[in-house]
Amino acid sequence: MRGSAITLAAVLGGAALLAVLNLATGPASSVHVSSFVIGLTGKYLCYAILALAVDLVWGYAGILTLGHAAFFALGGYAMGMYLMREIGARGVYANARIPDFMVFLGWKELPWYWHGFSHFPVALIAAMVVPAILAGVFGWLAFRSRVSGVYLSIITQALTYALMLAFFRNEMGFGGNNGMTDFKDILGLPIGRDSTTVGLMLVTALVLAGAYVASRALVGSRYGKVLVAVRDAESRTRFLGYRPEHYKLVVWVFSAVLAGIAGALYVPQVGIINPSEFAPANSIEAVIWVAVGGRGTLSGAILGAVLVNLGKTWLTGALPEIWLFALGGLFIFVTLFLPRGLIGLLPRRRRAGPIAEESPAAASAAREATG
Amino acid sequence: MTEGSLLYLDGVSVSFDGFRALNELSLVLEPGEMRAVIGPNGAGKTTMMDVITGKTRPDTGRVVFGADTDLTKLDEPAIAALGIGRKFQKPTVFEPLSVWDNLLLALAGDRRPRFSLWARETAEERRRIEGILETTCLTEHRARRAADLSHGQKQWLEIGMLLAQEPRLLLVDEPVAGMTDAETAQTAELLREINRTRSVVVVEHDMEFVRALGVKVTVLHEGSVLSEGAIDHVSADPRVIEVYLGR
Amino acid sequence: MPGQAQGVSAVRHGAGRGRCPWPVLILLLLLALAPRAMAAGHPFADLGATNSDVVARGVRELAVSGNARAPAVIAALKAGKLFAWRWPVANAPLFIRTDAGFVDARTGAAVATAPMPVNLRAVIMSDSVRGAIETAAGVLDLHAASAAVREKAAEALFQAADPGSLKLIETALAAEKNGSVARVLREARAAALLKSANAPIPARLAAIDLLAARGDLPARNVLASLQGEPPVVATAAKAAITGINRQLQMWDLVEDLYYGISLGAVLLLAATGLAITFGVMGVINMAHGEMVMIGAYTTFVVQQAITAFAPALTQFGLLFAVPAAFVVAGVLGIVIERTMIRFLYGRPLETLLATWGLSLVLQQAVRSIFGPTNQDVSSPDWMSGFVKLGGLTLTVNRLWIILFAGLVLAALMAALRWGGLGRSIRAVTQNRRMAAAMGIRTPWIDALTFGLGSGIAGMAGVALSQIDNVSPNLGQNYIIDSFIVVVVGGVGNLWGTLFGALILGVVDKFVEPLTGAVLGKIVVLVFLILFIQRRPRGLFPLKGRAVEA
Repeated sequence: MRGSAITLAAVLGGAALLAVLNLATGPASSVHVSSFVIGLTGKYLCYAILALAVDLVWGYAGILTLGHAAFFALGGYAMGMYLMREIGARGVYANARIPDFMVFLGWKELPWYWHGFSHFPVALIAAMVVPAILAGVFGWLAFRSRVSGVYLSIITQALTYALMLAFFRNEMGFGGNNGMTDFKDILGLPIGRDSTTVGLMLVTALVLAGAYVASRALVGSRYGKVLVAVRDAESRTRFLGYRPEHYKLVVWVFSAVLAGIAGALYVPQVGIINPSEFAPANSIEAVIWVAVGGRGTLSGAILGAVLVNLGKTWLTGALPEIWLFALGGLFIFVTLFLPRGLIGLLPRRRRAGPIAEESPAAASAAREATG
Repeated sequence: MTEGSLLYLDGVSVSFDGFRALNELSLVLEPGEMRAVIGPNGAGKTTMMDVITGKTRPDTGRVVFGADTDLTKLDEPAIAALGIGRKFQKPTVFEPLSVWDNLLLALAGDRRPRFSLWARETAEERRRIEGILETTCLTEHRARRAADLSHGQKQWLEIGMLLAQEPRLLLVDEPVAGMTDAETAQTAELLREINRTRSVVVVEHDMEFVRALGVKVTVLHEGSVLSEGAIDHVSADPRVIEVYLGR
Repeated sequence: MPGQAQGVSAVRHGAGRGRCPWPVLILLLLLALAPRAMAAGHPFADLGATNSDVVARGVRELAVSGNARAPAVIAALKAGKLFAWRWPVANAPLFIRTDAGFVDARTGAAVATAPMPVNLRAVIMSDSVRGAIETAAGVLDLHAASAAVREKAAEALFQAADPGSLKLIETALAAEKNGSVARVLREARAAALLKSANAPIPARLAAIDLLAARGDLPARNVLASLQGEPPVVATAAKAAITGINRQLQMWDLVEDLYYGISLGAVLLLAATGLAITFGVMGVINMAHGEMVMIGAYTTFVVQQAITAFAPALTQFGLLFAVPAAFVVAGVLGIVIERTMIRFLYGRPLETLLATWGLSLVLQQAVRSIFGPTNQDVSSPDWMSGFVKLGGLTLTVNRLWIILFAGLVLAALMAALRWGGLGRSIRAVTQNRRMAAAMGIRTPWIDALTFGLGSGIAGMAGVALSQIDNVSPNLGQNYIIDSFIVVVVGGVGNLWGTLFGALILGVVDKFVEPLTGAVLGKIVVLVFLILFIQRRPRGLFPLKGRAVEA
């Protein structure tokens, strides 16, 4: 519990502090935090939600997903569609009925699946439901036929790759290559204004905190214990009468929804969504965040996402040539020398999560026993 | 002859790549019976367990449980839910979880995620777990991670998990492999205790252990029953001697 | 005349029905066309005429005359260097202006005393003359020494299907000794005949038959361009077009199949190494594509070295590149196995991540050394060009790659079956502990096996350098497909890999035209996802208890 409290305090407190330092101080002040940094922080927090999602399935259910970028991007597209509708007649073609890229393609009518996206709640629900449906169908097929291990990893990669190719096509009606950009405002608040940036970052921090609490409840429940059992001894759970495919499916869909929410929060903060978000490399990068922070520990996933992306921002700015060396090296180093990630380096008492030597399940059992 | 039987294997055959692991195997188990199954390596003992628990589908034959349930139509969780528990040769417990949690997951009850997501430990569950801990001499290890137990303790934990499942039939694969003599004797005692309320099938190599159990013995050879009867009867059977000692 | 008779009988043969006395009719037809030509004066005289139609006729006459001076004279005319005598006199001289002065066009001899410019005028030039010159250029080729050039000229005449060139074709046909050139000429004659307004119906029908027998796209074009024909001819033409379409469709099918197989061969090359490292060893190597890429770069380096130090061997650079790529990628593979992979045995997911990282490092390393742009790897002459096979045009380099892929697979199978290392590899994969007990150094076998798989990937890179861009991203384009091949074929089964590659290649090529390249890819991926659901262990799974372990 103490680990959870520290993580929550770090996420919420850090975000609030940055917000105050941005809004309450002038640019001249030595403690002023620029809106650029705020935007960057918001982006990292989105990545942290994605990392949580990846950690739930990889760390706790043993499903190495190389396709979570798909759910992230789908959530992003749902939000992007709302933001496009918000532009209204302020586009280059000043067409209130359809977005610019459709005018450019010579389309006359809004495709049926765009209807309703001028309403924020519709977009928000779609950002969760669409990834959930995709994950549900895919997971149901995959887990039911007991596809697992690297095979599952490769088909998750194929899934996001196929979606990327599909979204590159103009006929799909999602802007093709260029995707969607030039957003004007969200819920009437102009995108790019400092207060909006800070607001989005704070909302993301709150959502991350909520996702963390929900994930912790999930892995701490009896369900979470079964999940860990499935991860380590799947066939044994079957002989106990559990259906591993159902257990995996629940966490898989939940994780996809988290990724979708992360994507929906990401798009207004970076101002663009395009098919490259589906790239398999993005999924694998998310996996390495989790590996760096500590697989099977929720706070590790958050830590890893923030640290690796800090490093990426710094390196791609300072020494762009080095970034891929560094990322590649990180993959190798972490898997060879740091299998439990950075959290694994902490003194034993602080560790949480079943991959590490002490599991939350074991810890809760200890409490039951002593209490 | 099958009337009232608990488990009835009827002409079951399984082959892998042309190798016949089971060959028209037929076997009847009465309710409440404890049966020892012995046989040399490759006789089909483990494959028989796989077929009963739904891990392997037979090419031909039926496996009837109780009155008229055909197990060959069901998968592992469904068969487990019917009340057939299995202990593996290599102890298979959930290593990252505590002894307590291992037993908690094994307790008979709703196995669906929608239940386990919201489930809270009840006093009844606690009482049952305490009882099993007592039976398996693991009370003081309840908070330890299963991974940290000794080999023998893991075997007992797994037997404890089987008990928690409250099965009607227990399949036990080589329960005393790698145990000390004292542990072996304790295990025999434990199995007899279990047999008071449930049927048991024990697959074992250790003839001394089988003798100590003192139950009906089935000898498997090349996938079918070679001999059946009391231990003294089968060990006097010339075919059994030939199979075990060679010509 | 004997040549002509031969041509006629060949037409009859082509018609092959014998419904009418064809030879007689065609002879009559030719005679009917002949007088115009007969009435003309000597071609050189016509060139001096003041009527452009007469000049054009002269050019055509000259071209078919077989006169040794014809090429030079027509070339001079085209260049505007041919001059006629200004005054109408019999046997008026014709001059070609050269840098040195004037030569007699008829003889090519230098003129002793230069003619007065006032007596000369340039030979008349008009559209009809220009057209005649164009035809003449082709016709001259009809008399070239090389049969290939003659065939090309005949083919051009066929495609032009110009009734005006009928006479030229006849002349050439009469002189032609080469069977295949003569065949094309007969086809050209048929095409020209169909286009001429006054050819009789039976001759037209015969010509249609000939075109139908030819059965390719140009033949269909000629037939399709016919207009206002009498019903019987129109029906025949329509039937011929349908027949040709059917034939073309069949050839298309065969061609798609060939391209599918050739794509399959490429996939096979890329996947064979993976079948060893992933299939046999169970190591999931995401940097496999980079081994292929390094093989391609080795080819580039070897080629550069040969150009620099031994230019005489340029044509055989690839022969050196194959072993070089095998060694470079193989040694790199051994190093990777010893320093990284061996710590990750039994942890496939970690292996996947670490080797993915490795692939990023290798890509960036190559990018840093060679730059991000494509490197130019040239093909030797013996690997370029086309082979015609019936209605097919096959690129030679694809043929070589199919052959190479087959050789590599066969060699690998033989090595695994009979070679000392192969035996050890099989022993270690089947029962590691027993193999160790028999005195096999299993760690070394692991390293060598991984090296073997990587080396084969390197050789695949040599082949890919011939058909794909050599860039740091080369490997990325093949890695997913390679995994698909190995998975579809069934892990640990080289025959399965072969079938997987061919199936994937052919399916890809057949789906692509139906749906477009991108959608085709998606269809294949969706197919894969469904396939793994149905057959998680591939088309040719290994069965038995070993699989469970």
